[in-house]
Amino acid sequence: MTTPVESSSGRYHPLLQLVLARLREFLREPAAVFWVYGFPLLIALALGTAFRERPLERIKIDLRGASDRPDRVEDLRAKLAGDPRVEVELSTADNWQKRLSAGKTDLVILVPSDATKPLEFWEEPNRPESILARSAAEAAILRGEYPDAKPIERSSVDIQGSRYIDFLIPGLLGMNLMSGGLWGLGFVTVEMRTRKLLKRVLATPMKRSDFLLSLMLSRLIFTLPEVTLLLTFGYYLFGVAIQGSLPLLLLVIAMGGACFGGVGLLIASRAKTVETVSGLMNLVMLPMFVVSGIFFSSERFPEAIQPVIQALPLTALNEALRAVILEGAGFAQILPRLVVLALWGGISFAVALKIFRWE
Amino acid sequence: MQTAIRCTALTKRYNTRPPVEAVRGIDLEIAVGECFGLLGPNGAGKTTTMEILEGLLKATSGEVEILGLRWGRDDAEIRRRIGISLQETRLADKLTVLETVTLFRSFYPSGMTPMEAIEKVSLQEKAKSYVVRLSGGQRQRLSVACALAGDPELLFLDEPTTGLDPQSRRQLWEIIEGFKAAGRTVFLTTHYMDEAEKLCDRVAVVDRGLVIALGTPAALIASIGGEHLIDFSLLQKSHDLSDDRLRRVETVETVSREADRISLAVRQPHLALPSLVGLLANDGYALADLTIRHATLEDVFVRLTGRNLRDTPETSA
Repeated sequence: MTTPVESSSGRYHPLLQLVLARLREFLREPAAVFWVYGFPLLIALALGTAFRERPLERIKIDLRGASDRPDRVEDLRAKLAGDPRVEVELSTADNWQKRLSAGKTDLVILVPSDATKPLEFWEEPNRPESILARSAAEAAILRGEYPDAKPIERSSVDIQGSRYIDFLIPGLLGMNLMSGGLWGLGFVTVEMRTRKLLKRVLATPMKRSDFLLSLMLSRLIFTLPEVTLLLTFGYYLFGVAIQGSLPLLLLVIAMGGACFGGVGLLIASRAKTVETVSGLMNLVMLPMFVVSGIFFSSERFPEAIQPVIQALPLTALNEALRAVILEGAGFAQILPRLVVLALWGGISFAVALKIFRWE
Repeated sequence: MQTAIRCTALTKRYNTRPPVEAVRGIDLEIAVGECFGLLGPNGAGKTTTMEILEGLLKATSGEVEILGLRWGRDDAEIRRRIGISLQETRLADKLTVLETVTLFRSFYPSGMTPMEAIEKVSLQEKAKSYVVRLSGGQRQRLSVACALAGDPELLFLDEPTTGLDPQSRRQLWEIIEGFKAAGRTVFLTTHYMDEAEKLCDRVAVVDRGLVIALGTPAALIASIGGEHLIDFSLLQKSHDLSDDRLRRVETVETVSREADRISLAVRQPHLALPSLVGLLANDGYALADLTIRHATLEDVFVRLTGRNLRDTPETSA
């Protein structure tokens, strides 16, 4: 007596309806829209501005001389002025060590009243600025001593694709895809579980895979404006252009989004409370935040753990994004990265489907 | 007669610490077209039993047959043919009534249009409202509309009117009666006796995981000895009016007491009442108050268990 008559009718297609429901729910929640779209942009803006250009614009050096020989201090100051970046402060206060450790100055030079005694350089070895300041000061002093030395020509690399912001934008994109996929799916899933909504849909003939797929698909759809915003923003504000092909970039983004959607589902597949799932999310995300090359290259980590780092989905995604955006890499070059993403996403989704707790 | 639901020797044990035996051996057989009520206090095992029948929980042991089909073998077909309203499902807040029903409708290969389902529960005027804006009664009706969307032959309703105001309850009763009138089967749980009496052809009273009484509401009420109850209390708070003495009242079947109140189940109140008044006058007692009422399933429950339905049950044993 029950012949499935309208099963193919698009109007009641379950996957379509499920995706529509997710999209509607999302768009009708202004706060959610802000957190998904506004927040990442704010982060990009803040970080992008902070790291926009990183020439060493100023090198701060404190000079502290004996009061009976102001001429020696002046002499040194003149030599240091040969480096336009150097900013000298004459210090008489006794708190110079504190100024150094607090980062208020990069280097302190103590000038002895006895000309036969050496200058005393005080640096803070843990701060790169301090080391740089020492080199700059040494160089400036030497040039002052030997004014006839051959000048050295300096050029700097400032072509597009090699600045820090160029490194940062793809990393932020990867980070957004990860946190969006994980939070977007994990949170929504657990929330539906606590509302007993999952149990309710399970009591219908709905296909479980349709339900989980709809979560991933709607996540991908939310991702599109997010990605577009970030890339447009990167292009107009910081001149980060996409060197590679746009369809390939979209493929990488879609695979990244789907991959983390799958991982998000897996994380949320058993969790009963929002607290549990938040903890699990952080457990998964934090290590990747650090090692997967968002803010700095993952190559900085020891060789021994590189295989692990390279196998992580965020590393694969970030490398693929950078390859396409910055180097214009083609499909073949990023294929290994895509395989890593596909494996993580596919296996996570399959396991999630298997162990998913519906109530 | 066709059987809609059959279960035999159903048990469910939760392996918590300590283990909980929520259902301890339940047999039921419900015919197509019947409205069957599972009745009992909170924690009696009603919801567990229902969720096993709905295929949402696995029984620890026992057999279940739904519309002649079996869970584990014919899941997809059973799900197509039944409709379910769970206790306390919170549907998505920011979807409209129509969108919600359309979503549920999309899960079924056939059924009524979403608007038809909405009309069945009289929510047409709210079709475009967000779920979050609905009252408790309207949400419950929406939940029933979602259950009806696939045009089910068998409807499961878990405490459909708990927490609703009297008017909303009556509206839901009408919906259920309409479904029943179409020859469909309804299986509901409730802890409201009046609901069971109003809607159900038969009820099973469940307590601590067992069926302790089964039959039509009228038969169950008759089983306590009389359909009428005389409840009274005396001005004298301390007295030694014995049950034996009260059994001399004409046509009395049983005597029960709760605190100061005495309750007599009688067959013929017009004979029992003068007899009682005479007896009290003779013994020197004065009435503080007296009411005569029809016995209800509540009285059945009290008689069977010695507890009120609203009492917290000790199910953790």
